[in-house]
Amino acid sequence: MPHVTMTGIAARRLTGGLTEFDVEADTVRRLITELDRRYPGLGQQIDESMAIAIDGEIFQDAYLEKLRPESEVVLIPKIGGG
Amino acid sequence: MSYLDKAALKVVGTRPIRPDGVDKVIGRASFGADMTMPGMLWGKVKRSPHAHARITKIDTSKAEKLNGVLAVVTAADFPNIPNEEAFVGEGPMNFRDLSRNCMARDKALYDGHAVAAVAATSSAIAEEAVDLIEVEYEVLPHVIDVEEAMADGAPLLHDDMFTQGIEPKPEKPSNVAKRITFTKGDIAKGFAEAELVIERKYSTQPVHQAYIEPHACVVSYGSDGQCTVFSSSQGQFMVRAYCAKLLGIDMANIRAIPAEIGGGFGGKTLVYLEPVALALSKKCGRPVKLVMSREEVFRGTGPAAGGVIEVKIGAKKSGRIVAAELVLKYQAGAFAGSPVGPGCMCAFAMYDLDNVHITGYDVVSNRPKVAAYRAPGAPNSSYGVESCVDELARELGIDPLALREMNAARDGTKTPYGPTLVNVGYIPTLEAAKNHEHYKTKLGPNQGRGVASGFWFNIGGESSASVHVNEDGTVAVVEGNPDIGGSRASMAMMAAEVLGIPYEKVRPVVGDTASIGFTFLTGGSRVTFATGMAVTQAAEKVVEQLKSRAAAIWDISPEAVEWKDGKAFPAGSNAGSFEPLSLADIAVKSGRTGGPITAEVSINAQGAGPGFATHICDVEVDRETGHVKILRYTAVQDVGRAIHPSYVEGQMQGGVTQGIGWALNEEYIYDKNGRLDNPGFLDYRVPVASDLPMIETVMVEVPNPRHPFGARGVGEVPIVPPMAAVANAIADAIGTRMRDLPMSPPKIRAALDEQEPPRLAAE
Repeated sequence: MPHVTMTGIAARRLTGGLTEFDVEADTVRRLITELDRRYPGLGQQIDESMAIAIDGEIFQDAYLEKLRPESEVVLIPKIGGG
Repeated sequence: MSYLDKAALKVVGTRPIRPDGVDKVIGRASFGADMTMPGMLWGKVKRSPHAHARITKIDTSKAEKLNGVLAVVTAADFPNIPNEEAFVGEGPMNFRDLSRNCMARDKALYDGHAVAAVAATSSAIAEEAVDLIEVEYEVLPHVIDVEEAMADGAPLLHDDMFTQGIEPKPEKPSNVAKRITFTKGDIAKGFAEAELVIERKYSTQPVHQAYIEPHACVVSYGSDGQCTVFSSSQGQFMVRAYCAKLLGIDMANIRAIPAEIGGGFGGKTLVYLEPVALALSKKCGRPVKLVMSREEVFRGTGPAAGGVIEVKIGAKKSGRIVAAELVLKYQAGAFAGSPVGPGCMCAFAMYDLDNVHITGYDVVSNRPKVAAYRAPGAPNSSYGVESCVDELARELGIDPLALREMNAARDGTKTPYGPTLVNVGYIPTLEAAKNHEHYKTKLGPNQGRGVASGFWFNIGGESSASVHVNEDGTVAVVEGNPDIGGSRASMAMMAAEVLGIPYEKVRPVVGDTASIGFTFLTGGSRVTFATGMAVTQAAEKVVEQLKSRAAAIWDISPEAVEWKDGKAFPAGSNAGSFEPLSLADIAVKSGRTGGPITAEVSINAQGAGPGFATHICDVEVDRETGHVKILRYTAVQDVGRAIHPSYVEGQMQGGVTQGIGWALNEEYIYDKNGRLDNPGFLDYRVPVASDLPMIETVMVEVPNPRHPFGARGVGEVPIVPPMAAVANAIADAIGTRMRDLPMSPPKIRAALDEQEPPRLAAE
C-alpha cells in the first residue's frame, strides 16, 4: 500500500506527532478520506493547505489522481508563486 | 498528444512578434488607470502616518460636507470578516487580514495603512477631502526589524497571535505567527562525521516588486447589485473572489475585466483598491476610479519578504556535504503569511543530502504585509545557502561549480522537503556553466567572479481556454490569464502548431470572468504550462471537429480523414480521392456541417516540473567609492522546452536584473518613528539599463514530459541565484566576505575600511 510522509509538520497536532503512515488507497481522494477518518480534521487541513507529491510529481487539488501500491506519497505545504 | 519532436515543429520554438506589442509600444494599450466610465468619480485613500497606532476616532463630517464629495468610507462600511483562511490567491490568505489590510479596523499597523477613503467629482476635491478626515490615534510602540520583533518584550501587533507549530500552544501571544520544520536523516550524526563545519549568519531586506504601473482600478456598483471591476491585476478571477468575499457579494454579480498589466511579479496577486472602490461606488451609486501614487505603492503595498538566514554546513575534506542546518526568520509584514515555507523547501533542493534540519519562523512587524515576488521565499534562503556553499568551496580550495556538481540533486534524489525528484535538469545547468566561455575568461584587478544555483517548484493549477474558428478560417484563442510575460504569443503559437496554420492567423484574447471558465491567476510560472495545456487540448478538439466536418463535406467516415499542415486529407486510397480541404475551406461551410467550430477546455494541470538555474557573475569594485559594477552575467537555466525563446530569455534577464537590485541597492529605509523615508524611485534604487551589461542566457532544454510541448515554468527561478552570485563575486573581488544585503557603496566602503583603515592626510 502507498507509504505517506508528511513534511512541514504543520499538521502534527492532528496526528499525535506521527508523520508517516501506510494507507490503503488507490486515489488521492480515498487517501485523504482515510487519513481524515484516522485523524479527524486532517482531511480539511490537506484540502486547504497541502499539496501531494506522488512519486516526485507535485499535485494540488487532484482528488482523481491514481496511486499505485508502491507509490511514494508526500504531503507538503501548498505552493504558490510570484 | 505529444509534440516533443522539436525538429517537426513549425511555430513553437520560433520568435514571432507579440500580438499586444504594437499597442504597448505606441501607448494604445489600456492599463488600469486608462479606463473611464460615464459619471465616474475620483477616489482617494487616507493613510496612517503612524507605524503602529490604535484608531480611537474617525470624524468624516467635514469631508462629507465638502462640495463635490459624494462618499466617504471607513472600516465601518465593510463587513467584519471572521478569522478564515483559504488558498485562493498565491498562498494561504486569511480573509480577515486581507480585509483589514485594505482598510484598517481598530489599529493601523504600518505607515501607509489605509484608514478611510473618499469619492469626489475631481481628484483635487478628493485630495482635499482626505485632508479633512480627522483621525484620532493612540500611538503605540512599533517594531520594524525581524529579530527585534521576535524578542521578548517586543511591541505586539496582534493580541490573538499564538505561534502555530509549537506544542503545547504557547501561553503568551507573540509576533511569531508560525514555526515550521523540515527534517531528513540524523543531523547530529551528520555533523559528527564532518571534517569541516562552516556556520554563518546572513540577512536580506524586504524589497518591493517595483512594477512600473501603480495599482489602479475603475469600478461600478450598480443599483441592481451588478458590479463591474476593471483593474490591473495578475488574475481577474482572484479579484472577483476577493471582492466577493470581502464585501459579501455573490460572484455572479461581479464581472472582473482584466486591464493590461504594467508588471506584477507577484505583487498584484491580491487586492488593495478594488474592494475600497466598490464600497465607495455602492455608497454613492456612481462609478469610482482609484489610482495609487508611487508613494502609496511603496507605503501601502506588499514588498517581498526579507529576513535572517542562519546556515551551518558540515562537509568532508573531499567536498561532500554530510550535514546541513538552516534557520530562517522571515518578515511577514503586518499580517501573518511570509513565504517562509517555500523558503525552507527550496533552500537545499539543489543538493543530494542525507542529513538536513530546517526551521522557519513567520514573523510580523510594523511594515506593509508582504506579497509574492518571483519564487517567493526562495531568493532569501538560497542567498544564505549559496553564499555558505561558496565559503565552503573557498575554505576547501575546490572549484565552486565542481563542489556543487559533487553534491548535486538529480533524478532519484530525495529532497529535504520530502518528494523524490524526477525529470530534472540541474546537473546540465552546472555542466553548461562550467563549459561556458564566460567561466574561463580571466579577471583583472579589483574584479571577482561568483556562481550560485537556484531551484523553484513551478506550479500548474486550474486553467480554461477556448479556441474559435472564424468564418474565414482565422482563429480566436481566449485565455483566462492576464498576459504579463508574453503569454498571448505563446498561446497563439501552441494553437497554431496544433492546427497547422500560421501564427499570424491566430488572434489571442484575455477573457473577463464572464467570458471564459475559471482560471487561476497568472503566477507561479504556471501560464505557459497549465493554460498552454488547455489551449493545446482545445485546439486538438477543434482538429477533431475539422476532420469530422471534412468527412461531412466528402460524405465519408471521420475516421477516414487525417489532419496535416492545416488541411484535411483522405487517410489513404480507401477513403476516396478528394482535394485537400484547408481550415478556411472547412470554416466557410461550417454552417452547413453543424454550426460554429469551437472548443473550450478547462483543466487542473498537474506535474509542472521544477526549474533549476546556475548563474555566473563578474563584478568590478571601485575601492574608492564602493560602487559595484556588474561586468558580465550569464544565466543558465533548464527551461523544459522554450515555446517562444525570446520571452523565455526575457524572463531570465528580468529575474536576474531584479536579483541584482536586491543584492546591491534595494532596501526600505525607516526613520525612528517607523515612517518610510524612501517611497520613490529616486531614493529606492532599482537597476536601470545603464547599470547592467546585456544579461547572457543559456537555455538548457530538458523537456517536461507532462506538457505536450515539454514546457516548464521559467519566470521564477531566475531571481533565485543572483543575490548569492553577486555576493560571491564581491567576496572574490575584495577578499572580504560581506553577509548583509544590500551590498551598497557605503557598506562596501566600510568593509574595505576594515581591511585597511583609512589614514589621516597628515600621516
